[in-house]
Amino acid sequence: MSAFPRAAELGLISCHVCGLVCADAPDRDDLSADGLACPRCGSALHRRKPSSYVRTWALLIAAFLLYIPANVLPIMRTASLNDIDDNTIISGVVELWVKGSPDLAVIVFTASIVVPMLKFLSLGTLLMSCQRGSDWARPQRAKLYRLIEFIGYWSMLDVFVVSLLTALVRFNLLSRVEPLPGVIFFGLTVVLTMLASMSFDPRLIWDGRDSDD
Amino acid sequence: MTDDSQIEQDGRNGSELPRPVVKHRRFNASLIWLVPALAALVGLSLVVNSWLQAGPTITISFQSAEGLDAGKTPVKYKNVVIGRVNKIHLSADRSHVLVKVALEKSAQSFATQGTRYWVVRPRIGLGGVSGIDTLLSGAFIGVDAGDSNAPADEFKGLETPPAVNHGAPGLRFLLHSDDLGSLDIGSPVYYRRIQVGRVVSYQLDSDGKGVSLQIFVDGPNDKFVTTATRFWNASGIDVSVGASGLKVNTQSLAAVLAGGLAFQDPAGPHDSTPAPEDTEYKLFSDQVSAMAPPDGEPHYIRMRFEQSVRGLAVDAPVEFLGINIGKVVSLKLDYDEKAQRFPVVVGAVVYPQRLGNAYDKLEALAKARGENSDLSQLMGRLVDHGLRAQARSGNLLTGQLYVALDFVPHTPPVAFDPNATPLTIPTVAGSFDKLQEQLAEIVDKLDKIPFDSIGKNLDQTLAGLNATMKQVNGQTLPEFKTTLQGVQKTMGSANDALSSDSPLQQNLGSTLQELQRMARSLRVFTDYLDGHPEALIRGRRPDAKPIPDTTTPAATEPQPGSKP
Repeated sequence: MSAFPRAAELGLISCHVCGLVCADAPDRDDLSADGLACPRCGSALHRRKPSSYVRTWALLIAAFLLYIPANVLPIMRTASLNDIDDNTIISGVVELWVKGSPDLAVIVFTASIVVPMLKFLSLGTLLMSCQRGSDWARPQRAKLYRLIEFIGYWSMLDVFVVSLLTALVRFNLLSRVEPLPGVIFFGLTVVLTMLASMSFDPRLIWDGRDSDD
Repeated sequence: MTDDSQIEQDGRNGSELPRPVVKHRRFNASLIWLVPALAALVGLSLVVNSWLQAGPTITISFQSAEGLDAGKTPVKYKNVVIGRVNKIHLSADRSHVLVKVALEKSAQSFATQGTRYWVVRPRIGLGGVSGIDTLLSGAFIGVDAGDSNAPADEFKGLETPPAVNHGAPGLRFLLHSDDLGSLDIGSPVYYRRIQVGRVVSYQLDSDGKGVSLQIFVDGPNDKFVTTATRFWNASGIDVSVGASGLKVNTQSLAAVLAGGLAFQDPAGPHDSTPAPEDTEYKLFSDQVSAMAPPDGEPHYIRMRFEQSVRGLAVDAPVEFLGINIGKVVSLKLDYDEKAQRFPVVVGAVVYPQRLGNAYDKLEALAKARGENSDLSQLMGRLVDHGLRAQARSGNLLTGQLYVALDFVPHTPPVAFDPNATPLTIPTVAGSFDKLQEQLAEIVDKLDKIPFDSIGKNLDQTLAGLNATMKQVNGQTLPEFKTTLQGVQKTMGSANDALSSDSPLQQNLGSTLQELQRMARSLRVFTDYLDGHPEALIRGRRPDAKPIPDTTTPAATEPQPGSKP
């Protein structure tokens, strides 16, 4: 015990909502600590988020599964006078790039491709390293998690673009924008990745077999 | 309140910290796996769906990919989208483009042999406008299903839309023509000025000497095409000047501009069984020639005209007694060394069948006589009877000539060789030429009359007449005057003699009275003799007592007069 003691070792448990520290039930050894409630605010008390690995994995996998149709299916139909154009995410990016707005193309590419992929990779890395109890680069992994939390909702950019355009561009015959099923899958992907990152408990990073420094 | 007091109490009673409330919740953590399962299910259903909907992929070759867009251009059948262009690339030899089309599952039957594909673009022609909707929506690929079931995945796209959709009721026919005229694919076919079909395709004959057209006549009007039907080119305006005035005959305005065909059965009795599919017909250039009876075998004849044939042109008619039996096909100048003249050799094609019954009868007659019924033999006999060719003026205004084969009376007989090829018909000068000649002769004769000497003689005669008249005036007339006076005197005395108071007249009157009396007494006497015939012998009896009678004194009175 060269470092600080852990709450569990001291028999303490804190409420996530009101911050009350109370005595842990001594007969409970498992980390999940289900069934306890804060005596002050009534929120559920647990040492770590309950079944964090399972939930995060499940949500992450679901998000990844939905990410495939989100990219394959077209997300938006642009109908103008003589042309009906169905765009997937990638084709939209390519079109923006080709038609002379590379800056916009980069933004859309980042929000719709880079960020979700980054989330998948990062969360996957975090989950696997934590499950193994690795003590590799713990502060960096904690930073990575905070980054994921922060950029998570920016992925909704594409969904917002489609919904805004659908609402704004309604010049019946001349030009019309309609959402296509792909955008639903994309939205679900983003929501699920956010839920996944929320259900991940960053404290798990520090739960190594070895005592931390 | 109670909770707070509980915490306080617990904290104080225990290890100075509040104890958490123990709740019994039942939560199964593995339920979270339903979410990815659901996502997988959705993904799987999408995959299955797209796999089920994926139809065959076909390749169509076109001359150009104008208007086609990979990923966008739809394939439509009856305006229903049945597929989409996937990819467009050039063929290996760069001669055409290959268009890959992903058909829908339901359109599997279009990936069979005989299916036709073409690009629908806006087309504006004289006959109308088509595909105007593609101006806005962009070109699409049209489809016409075939009836084969054999699957195929490579097709040759049509460059023009097919004129007839597969399975449309109607019949196809084949027409042969000398040239295409202003016809085109889609040109209308009219029957009694109602459009009943259109030209489907055309191509040059393999020998390059004509054009074959394929037409399609829609049902149920295809039954009007009979084995005897005549087709003609109805493009253009037919203007004819007849005895009844100017006559303009056209089909519809569209046909005038864009061309068209028309057909009709010939007048008179004919075979009216509907023609079977792919029957071949000749396409005539106009209605008149189409309706004319069949021409039969053409015969080439030659005529040698000694005089100018100005106004005679190729295609001028050859008429036999006013019936058009052929046309002039060539005009050539020749030189006759002996006569030192330039005769014109006119070649013509005649159709003896146009003579109709006359030809049949002549033929039968010749056969009955046991002669060769060939045209040349027949012609020989006709020439013996005075048949001659004559260049006649068909139109006094334009001076156009036609060749008339006519019986010219009192022509000197000529040698006719019926075995010569081509047959040479003897000619006589044209009526106008003849008139000119005769006028020239008359003028010549007039020229020969010695008007000078006649004038001189007449002068002398007149001088003699003058002298005679003088003589008559000076001598004869006074004599005549005295003669007249004598005549007048004579007439005066005659007048005197005949006047009522002249003695001659009176004597004549008394003489006539005496004669009357004598006649009366003679009658009395005969009356008496009638009554008393014996008086001739016995003489007259003494008169009876006088009875007052008016006749008796009258009868007796002339007696003394009658005696002498």
